[in-house]
This record gives sequence, structure tokens and C-alpha cells, in this order.
Amino acid sequence: MSPRITLATARRVLWQIRRDPRTIALLLVVPVALLTLMRYVFDGQPGTFQAIGAPMCGLFPFIIMFLVTSIAMLRERTSGTLERLMSLPLAKADLLAGYGIAFGVLAALQALVVCLVGFLLLGLHAPHGAWLIGLLAVGNAVLGMALGLFVSAFARTEFQAVQFMPAIIFPQLLLCGLFVDRHEMAGVLYGFSSALPLTYAYDALARATHPGALGGRVALDVAVIVGATLIALTLGALTLRRRTA
Amino acid sequence: MPYTAIKIEDLHVVRGGRPVLQGLNLQVASGSVTGLLGPSGCGKSTLMRAIVGVQIIQAGQVNVLGEHAGSTKLRRRVGYLTQAPSVYADLSIGENLRYFAAILDVGEQRIGEVVQTVGLAGREQQVVGSLSGGERSRVSLATALLGDPELLVLDEPTVGLDPVLRAELWGTFHELAQAGSTLLISSHVMDEASECDELLLMREGALLEQSTPEQLRERTGEQDLSRAFLAIIGQASR
Repeated sequence: MSPRITLATARRVLWQIRRDPRTIALLLVVPVALLTLMRYVFDGQPGTFQAIGAPMCGLFPFIIMFLVTSIAMLRERTSGTLERLMSLPLAKADLLAGYGIAFGVLAALQALVVCLVGFLLLGLHAPHGAWLIGLLAVGNAVLGMALGLFVSAFARTEFQAVQFMPAIIFPQLLLCGLFVDRHEMAGVLYGFSSALPLTYAYDALARATHPGALGGRVALDVAVIVGATLIALTLGALTLRRRTA
Repeated sequence: MPYTAIKIEDLHVVRGGRPVLQGLNLQVASGSVTGLLGPSGCGKSTLMRAIVGVQIIQAGQVNVLGEHAGSTKLRRRVGYLTQAPSVYADLSIGENLRYFAAILDVGEQRIGEVVQTVGLAGREQQVVGSLSGGERSRVSLATALLGDPELLVLDEPTVGLDPVLRAELWGTFHELAQAGSTLLISSHVMDEASECDELLLMREGALLEQSTPEQLRERTGEQDLSRAFLAIIGQASR
């Protein structure tokens, strides 16, 4: 692995996105628009908006980076560029870390915009500081990116890849505790949700947007997010083959 | 006596459940331009993939520049042009080359040289997605040339190019060989065969013939290499 190649890869991915201003606009505008929509849907229930909207600021980057990365990596696989890269002196870790840095930068930008709007304009509270939501958002985005890289190996077409979003992300959103307290779910689902990384991502965000002590549980959440990211990256690296059939 | 750049023994490859290469043997001398010719679907690309080391092989030995094909040391020494242009369509020519140059650790000057070689000088700002098919494959070729590799494996590099540029590129290939590089170039266009020092004629996963264009003409009594190839096929199936 070499810092030169890692950074060149990150720069290349960012160059590709820069060529696509509409994608950048969508990345920045859609989360803000959805959050604003939510604000007025819950017009009569400001408590509900705070309970769902505030953690959502840190979950948008997870969802969107998962989707964007799975498509970007699928393109890399189908266009032959991955085959070329694998025949060059580039370590798999260079490619994965390059993607991580590029999408981490985008996620930071996205989190910055959505947090500015949410916490300054829409009246959400961040009792422990909005910076904490922003940091968690970037961590979640890198987790989403790692999962996206991994699942891209199981899609042959972009039609398939976009459907991994509802298949892999929606169940985690339903089970993470955002909409319903996990203790009120069927016992089996509670157990199942304990095995899903987004549960911990949400838990950290929920604690960061609630008044009261953060406690050690947030540290555990962060450890799970980092661990799940590393596992997904390792699995993703295994799907990058130097030789193919 | 030139040393052997590629040595293949009893190579077997199965792709998609179908045996593509069945016990193939061949040697390619260094510093030569070797043409790999045969009808589409005969296994040319699979053989090239095996030489570059990106193909899973079932059996056999593929030795490249004294190393096992695909070994880490070779990634800097072998340049590979895939049949479909493998460059980023959403980047400009210059951005593509700068990325691959960073991987190979070569400088701006080399980028300028390869852009000149493939006839795209002055167009570095243009986005690859807006180029024609032939231009895209030239960007891809420029990328393969970047690292000044000892072995260049080029899968149909001249497809879709106009005759002038095609002749220029063959000139470049010979210059590279004179400078010591080994080139393995596939084509299904027989009129390019006469450009090669050595010919490998493939059909249905097997090597039919390895000879120079002159030897092929003598052996078959045909001046036209395309007809000579048909004659060889006729002899083989008799």
C-alpha cells in the first residue's frame, strides 16, 4: 500500500464526481429537502421531528454513500477498469482506502449542509454539539461506503445494484429503533436488530441528540461502527480478484 | 540469441463451462512484435489474459519475463490493453493518464510522450465519454504505454482506427521492439499480419502455426496472408 496511490485514487474518484454536477447537487440538496419535508409533516409534533429528524441528519450519509458507492464500484467492475487496476502495482487497500477518503470527504460536505440546515434553520437540537452529529455522520458514511463496496460484487447490473438499497438498508432502518423502540418489537426482531450495524449507528445518534449524559454506550456504538466498517472492507477486499474466470 | 519473453506449457483454461484453451504451448522471443491472429472466439483474449495473469487457469505453466504470470513483480513490467477500452469515461484524457501515471509513478513528461504517440496531443482536456470508439481505445493504449513496460500485451489495439493512424501505430510498435520491448498484438484483421516479425495463428483454442510471415507464404505458396491462413486451416482439418 502506498500513500501516493491511495491519494491518487481518492482524487480520481472526486474528479469523477466533479464531472457530474447533478450528482453533487442531489447529494447536497436531497437530504436537506427531505429533512425540511419531515419538519412540516411533523408540524404538530415537534417532539417527533426532534426524535426522528435529528438522528436522520447522521443517517442520510450512510444511506446515500451506500448507494453511490455500490454503483461506482459496479461500474469499475463492469467497465474493465478494475481488471486494469488489478494488473497494475496498486494494492487492494489503496483502492478501498482511496474510495473511503473520497466518499468520506463527500459525506462530510453532505453532513455539514444537512446539519447547518437542521440545527440552525429547522430548530433541531444537538445538546452535545452538532459537531458530534457531523462526526458520527462521516463515520456512518464510511460504513455505508464499505457495505456498498462489498455488495457491489453481488450485482451484475445497475438494476440489481440499486435494489440492494431497499434489500439491505430498509430493513436496518426499520429495525434500528428510529421509528419504533426496539424493546417494543417482537423478541426475535430485537435479537436480530442487535446484530445489525445500523442499530448502533442510530443508537449513537439518538444519544447524541438527547439531553443527558452520553455514557459509555456511545463508545461501544462507535466501536461497533468501526468494527463493522473494517469487516465490510475486508469482505470487500476479498471480492476484488486479481484473477477472474 | 534473444531470450524468451513468454513461455507457455500445456495451458488449459475453461471459461463459462466451456474449454477455451486446451493444452496450448508457445514461446515468444523478446524484442519482437508477435501477432496473435485467429477468428473471433478462438481464445486470443483468454490467452492474453492468462499472460497478463488476470485469468484463472485450470492447468499449465505461464512464464513471463522469467516470472510466473501475474506475479507482483510483473505488474510494473507488463502493459496490458484490454479489448474494450478500460478508461474512465467521466474523466478527461489528461485526468485518466494522470491517475494511471500516479499508480506507475511516472511523471508529466511521460504523459506528454504517450499522448503524442497515440495522436491525441492537445486534446488532454477532452472528456473520454465524448470521444469516438477509436479515440477511446487510443486513450486506453496510451495508458498501457505509460509505464514503458518490457512486455506489451495489446488486445486488438488498431480496431476502428483510420489507415494513417494505424500505420503510425505499427511504426511505434516496431520502434518499441527495437528499443527492447516485446509486443504481443492480437488482431482478427489478416492484413496486419505482414507487420509482425512472428505470427501465432490460433483456431478453436489451439495454436495452429507459429512462423514468420515469409515462412507462412513459402509453406502455403500463397502471397496473401489471409489466404495463407485459410490454407493452414485446410491442412489442419484434413
